[in-house]
Amino acid sequence: MSRALRVDRPGVLTLIQDLGRPGHARLGVTASGAWDRAALTLANRLLGNAEGAAGLEVLLGGLSLTALQPIMVALTGAEAPLLVDGRPAAQYAPVALPQGSRLDLGTPTRGLRCYLAVRGGLDGRRVFGSLSSDPTTGLGPAPLASGAELVVGSDVAGPLGDTDLASGRRGLDELVLRVALGPRDDWFTPEAIDLLDTATWEVLQASDRVGTRLSGPTLTRVRQDELPSEGLMRGAVQVPADGQPLVFGPDHPTTGGYPVIACVLRNDADALSQAVPGTRVRFAVRRP
Amino acid sequence: MNVLLTPDSIRPCGDHAVLVDLGTQDRRRALDAALQASPPTGLVDLVPALQTLLLTFATEAHRADAVARLRSIDVDALPVTAPDAGQPIDITVHYNGPDLADVAAHLGIVPAEVVRRHTAQLWTVDFAGFMPGFGYLTGDAGGLDVPRLATPRTRVPAGSVALAGSFTGVYPSPSPGGWRIIGTTDAVLFDADRTPPALLSPGRRVRFVEGPR
Repeated sequence: MSRALRVDRPGVLTLIQDLGRPGHARLGVTASGAWDRAALTLANRLLGNAEGAAGLEVLLGGLSLTALQPIMVALTGAEAPLLVDGRPAAQYAPVALPQGSRLDLGTPTRGLRCYLAVRGGLDGRRVFGSLSSDPTTGLGPAPLASGAELVVGSDVAGPLGDTDLASGRRGLDELVLRVALGPRDDWFTPEAIDLLDTATWEVLQASDRVGTRLSGPTLTRVRQDELPSEGLMRGAVQVPADGQPLVFGPDHPTTGGYPVIACVLRNDADALSQAVPGTRVRFAVRRP
Repeated sequence: MNVLLTPDSIRPCGDHAVLVDLGTQDRRRALDAALQASPPTGLVDLVPALQTLLLTFATEAHRADAVARLRSIDVDALPVTAPDAGQPIDITVHYNGPDLADVAAHLGIVPAEVVRRHTAQLWTVDFAGFMPGFGYLTGDAGGLDVPRLATPRTRVPAGSVALAGSFTGVYPSPSPGGWRIIGTTDAVLFDADRTPPALLSPGRRVRFVEGPR
């Protein structure tokens, strides 16, 4: 374990993320973790790390690091220019950083969030077994700040991996998310259920790791009474009083009091991590 | 009569979770206790709320197995769960909250009577949620039902002791909130480095004690 990287510029929001801290929701502790789980696990596989080793989730690029020792890194997720000492380096491949070299990550050209893994994984103080940062509740490490030094651990599972098949859905203009109706689809009109399956919404700027806010046709309820708060999960499509849906992300609250019309299937739930404001979103209802 | 869980009370949440709507708090408590004592294989999270339990699973197959098991449970034949046998913990409250007078007016009593009712009864943490360490406490005597604020505050300080509906709760950290604040406490509600991390975990019994204003 050693200090291997110095943060020269943290960018807009760079968070340490692993696969989160599931299993504590009954205490009000949400799972958090990388939003684009496929991107983080791919970066780790490229480096021979354990799949859930902690790396960096970099929103909108702008990150600059200096290697304090020779180290291997891999960049996945959003497409963004990667420079090592000013020279372009490959994304989706192991990249060697010589001691004293500087890594610069530019603004993504497709998608929003890059994942930078380091061989051995990041190390630090675990909270409920996880290094993940939840900026909403303050659990886990704070967002990266200039001058911070990152500690690298020994979360290695094997040799460096081959270049892997990269997920092809980052930063699409239109996303189709498969959903299963429920748990509270019976709170909505038949027209709202039809709309959910056919209409298009747009991702709003006011979206974050708590949830992606959407704008589009209004989903109308048949019941106007208050729903007592109940458990929420990542991917739940909640419809607040204004009828505009919100899809919960990794830092969702563990309970909520607006009806959830449908939930995005697990393999589709992470695609919103790369959806820039204005991205069109459709839902495809999976019939039982 | 056996009242098994109907398909209508076991509601899908995506492909890895189900929400079980028990209809009453007592039935929810009974099933929560039974599932904690004997968790289904592959259960990741069991999240109690007022009348529901959310169960999330590691895989879709685990969920299918658990749903089959849930359908065979006679909830009304489950033992009624005894309250936590442990001693109640005392939480000292300074009853100086900005909504104390409004709460008293809403209930048609004087502020001192709000304090008396809050301190005189035994509270139990019914479930947690909203933020790490926030417990929803129900009292054994009642008499403090008030609606939420029409417009939530953008920031409620940590340690605020508040009322909403039939519940009382304490804000573990600063956050927006719509509960009516009747006082403050210096108690540390949540500390991830402490065992247990949450002072008010489900089942815990609490007495509020009046401290200096």
